[in-house]
Parts: sequence; structure tokens; C-alpha cells
Amino acid sequence: MVLLDVKNLNRSFGGLRAIREVSFSLEAGLIKAVIGPNGAGKTTLFNLLTGNLAADNGTLLFDHQDLSGKPAFLRARAGMARTFQNIKLFPQMSVLDNVLVGGHTRTRSGFLSGMLPLPGSVREQKSLCEQAMVLLHRYGLADEKNTLTGALSFGQQRSVELCRALLLKPKLLLLDEPAAGLNMQETAMLSESIRYIRSERITVLLVEHDMSLVMDICDEILVLNYGERIAEGKPTDIRRNPDVIKIYLGDEDA
Amino acid sequence: MAFLKKFFPFLLFALVLSAIQVIATCTETEYYLTQLTMAAWYSLPVLGLCLVMGYAGQISLGHAAFFAVGGYAAGVVTTTSLIPVQTNSLVSLLGKAGLLVSRTNLYGLPLLHLTPWIGLLFAIGTSLLLSILIGVPALKLKGHYLAMATMGFGIIIYRILLGTSFFGAADGLSDIPAFRILPVLSVSSDFSARVTNYYLAFACVLILLILFSNLLHSRMGRALKAIHNNEEAASASGINTARDKLIVFVISALCATLGGFFLTHYTGSIGPSEASIMKSVRYVAIVAAGGMASLWGTLILGLILNFLSLRGVFGSYDDAVFGAILVMIMLFAPEGLFNIGKLKSLFRKTHGPA
Repeated sequence: MVLLDVKNLNRSFGGLRAIREVSFSLEAGLIKAVIGPNGAGKTTLFNLLTGNLAADNGTLLFDHQDLSGKPAFLRARAGMARTFQNIKLFPQMSVLDNVLVGGHTRTRSGFLSGMLPLPGSVREQKSLCEQAMVLLHRYGLADEKNTLTGALSFGQQRSVELCRALLLKPKLLLLDEPAAGLNMQETAMLSESIRYIRSERITVLLVEHDMSLVMDICDEILVLNYGERIAEGKPTDIRRNPDVIKIYLGDEDA
Repeated sequence: MAFLKKFFPFLLFALVLSAIQVIATCTETEYYLTQLTMAAWYSLPVLGLCLVMGYAGQISLGHAAFFAVGGYAAGVVTTTSLIPVQTNSLVSLLGKAGLLVSRTNLYGLPLLHLTPWIGLLFAIGTSLLLSILIGVPALKLKGHYLAMATMGFGIIIYRILLGTSFFGAADGLSDIPAFRILPVLSVSSDFSARVTNYYLAFACVLILLILFSNLLHSRMGRALKAIHNNEEAASASGINTARDKLIVFVISALCATLGGFFLTHYTGSIGPSEASIMKSVRYVAIVAAGGMASLWGTLILGLILNFLSLRGVFGSYDDAVFGAILVMIMLFAPEGLFNIGKLKSLFRKTHGPA
């Protein structure tokens, strides 16, 4: 089943065409990476997919719904969760509260039921807390649940962001450079955790510079350069693709 | 035990309030209770503004106008005489429904007017309508557009009240009757009802405080804090930031309106100065000094400052004092005077282990 189908996506910043006519699709249950040199438009593509940035034109089908032009919060409700390249947490909130925000789309209680603490709202909150604690245990953050996120190490902050995204129970998880700034041990744990996430039937799309991680865990790779799609395929094919080699290593004739 | 811990601050607050009443009654200084009651009604717009500023990260410079909307709704409905249109079928229908009150006015002339309950509905309706009209366009945008829009709104309302004879122009409205909530309970300036009104006003404040603190610990409260902390990450988590900011603003405007409505029935009069921009700045200054996101800090500080102001302690420098407070807070204590987190960390730095 095709989970994500993107056609002819475009986005310009002034005269710069950051994304040009990009089309690709993503099968449910796979791990796919978007790679390319700096400035290739990877993060822009991510922001277009999640709705944090509006596309100039192009269509986006997600889980059989047309989400083109829809704002970010509706895409999250449809089942897209993301992390950010430069971690975006809620610094004045505790680790647990940060993660609980991820469960927003899966809970219902509104302003009134929150003010009056109706039983339904309390029950919902309790069950969400339990699920959040399971995630925090998995990432070794259970003891930090009441800490403000500013006091955590960089790696821990990345984990909190990942927990927040996972509590949304997404169909598609978008990770923007999840290994940036992590040491080797943390990177190894990350690839383990991405595999585990896939085993929970969550499709993963990631932007990453760490090639060994990409080649190790990804089923498919999309290569961008100057906002255009250069190649798409299995890691073994991408590794041999002359266009990709040219981008990364330079022209043979040069 | 957890229940006790949660309600301890509320119980303590109630206890302190009762103690103040007992002391005031015993020392025959009950007149202090009048200003405290007024300060309590004034803390409704302040608490509402605390929600908007501290949790949704927006500034409203129109809360005095919303306060005045409540006050003038109370005044207009209960001082406009219906005797000239008594024979109108709509008016006689209202009379049959028991929604008309007849009394004699200040000069001993007969007066027929609508019941204050209609005023309450009218106040709520007007406030909802106006806050949505301002909030919808202003809150779709990121940044402090709400501050601009509400400031303009505040000035317009002030000028309309000041310039319209129907609203009493510069004199405002007076001879506003008591609002009988129950046969034994009415909001009035009657001396015999002073203690009852004191408790009534603070009961409303406490209820609002409990509702708000519940809200802040609920799903929507988390969403509001998330919006304030990082709007992009909040919307990526599925939070409808524009809608939620609007709802908070509307709730907050409604609080201000209710404060104005009850205060006006309590004092029996209202003037255009209640809608002035300086009053809005005063509310903003109190919330800033209270630590923006601290309901208790805002409430306590608001009560003290409004009480002092009503006692005339600041004299003719009243507005200057609040302006100065705002400047000082922004310069020296941008996180407010009642920032518990900051106090704790100070304590840790000096006494705790390194």
C-alpha cells in the first residue's frame, strides 16, 4: 500500500527554487532516507510534507487523503509526526508534559472538560500518562520525567522529541537528521530504535547525513540535489548510481 | 492526601479571607471590606489576562474595554426606562414573563426596566461577539497583532462611551440597582450586605481560580503552554494553534466582562474611565508583575495593588504608579515578582549542594 504519494511539489524562496517538481512515493512499512549535499532542499521538502511550510503547488496524498494545502495540525491529525533538525521542545515544560503534548491528537477533552475535570478527561489523561511513561522507560528517561527539558543532554533532548512524536501513534514518522550531534554509541542505539519503530508498523522517512546509518537501515533512498530529484532506489543501487557518485565525489573529468 | 495537597492553597486563601473579615468586623473597620470586594471583582479581568499573556503568549490591551462592556450592559439594561414604550406588545410580553422590574429612581420617579439577568445575558453575548470579531483575524497571524487590535478596540470603546449621551457621556451611568441572584443573596452596595458581598465576590474569584488551574493541568492547558513555548512544534503535534488561542482570548474577555458586570451592580455606577487604555495597561502591569504565567502571583498582586489604588494610596499618581510598575518589571524582573521557580533556584544556589 502506498502511504505517501507526492507529485510535482514546488517551493521557491524569492528567486531560489528550493524544491523543483519533486515527485516520489513511499510504501507503508518501509524506512526511506532523503539524502543530498547541503542546501539540496531536504529540510525544505520535510517542511512541505508536514505543512510547516506551504508549497507553491503540487499534490500530496497521505493514507488516501488529499492533504495538499492543509495546515500542519491537520497533517498531524492524519497521522504524520516529526522531529526537527534543530530540536524543538517546550523548554518551560517537564519531560513528561513535553511527551504528553504528542498525545494531543489522540485525546479529546476540551476547555470545558479540562476546567471541570470531568471523569472522562481524568481517565484519558491517566491512560495517556501511562503510555508516555512506557516510552520514557524505553528511552531511559523515566527518572527525568519531572525535569525541564533545558536541563537535559543533547542526546536526551533528541529522545524526548522522538517520544513526543511516537506518542502521536503516527502512520508516518519523519525524522530530520536524527543522528546529528550524537556520538557513535548513541547512533547505534538510534538505528536500533528506528528498526524497532518499523517493527511497530510505523513507516519512517528520514533526512540524514550519516551514510553508514542510511545504508544500514534504509530500504529506499531518495537523492536530491539543487531541489531536484536525482535518483531513487535501493541503497545498493544508489551506491552505484553514476549521478549520485558525481554529486558526492565530483565529476570524473574534472 | 493528594486531594488535600491540591486544595491546600485554596483552603489557606479562604482562611486568610475569613480572618480578614473577622478582624475587620471586630475592629469596626468593615469599610476595608468594600475596597477588598471591589478589588476581588477587578481581579477577574486580571486572571483572564493572565491566561492570555502567561499561557497563550498574547497581550491584550483591550481588557478594560471588555470590563466596561459588562459594566455598561448592567447599567443600560437597569436604568433605561421602558415606561414610554410600556404599551408595546414586546414589552408587555416581557412583563408577563417576569423580566421587568419597576422601582423608583434616585429622584423618586417611577421607573420600569429589564431585570439584571437580561443585562448579564446581554453582557456575555456582546463580549463573545466582540472578542471573536477581534480575535479571529488577529490570532491567525503570529506575533503581537492581538495587542495592536485590542488597543484600537479599547480606544474606540472608550471614545464611544465618552461621546454618547445614551451611555451618560463623561458622567457614566449611576443609580444602577442591586442584582438579586437569590432571594437572600444580592450584589449591592447596601451596608448590611457588605460582608455577604465580600464572600460572594471572593467565592467567584476562587471558583474561577479553581477552573483555571484545572484547565492548566489538563490537555488544553498543556496545549496552551506548548503554543507559548514553540508554536511550530505545537502545530506539528496536531494542536490547532489559531483556534486554541482564540478560545483562550474569548474566555479571558468573558472574565473581564463578568468582573465589570458585577462590580457595576456592586458600586451602583460606572464611568467611561473604566474603559480607558490606562486601565488596560494597569491589568497588563499586574499580570507582568505577577509573573505572567502565575495565577496565584497575579491574583495576590492584583488584589493588593487594586486595594491600595482604591484606598487612594497612590493619590493622583495612580496611573503613573502602574506605568512605573510595568517599566520596572520589564527592566529588573521580567519573570515577575512571584516567580516560584526562580526563587527556588536562588535558594538552591545559596544553600543547596553545588
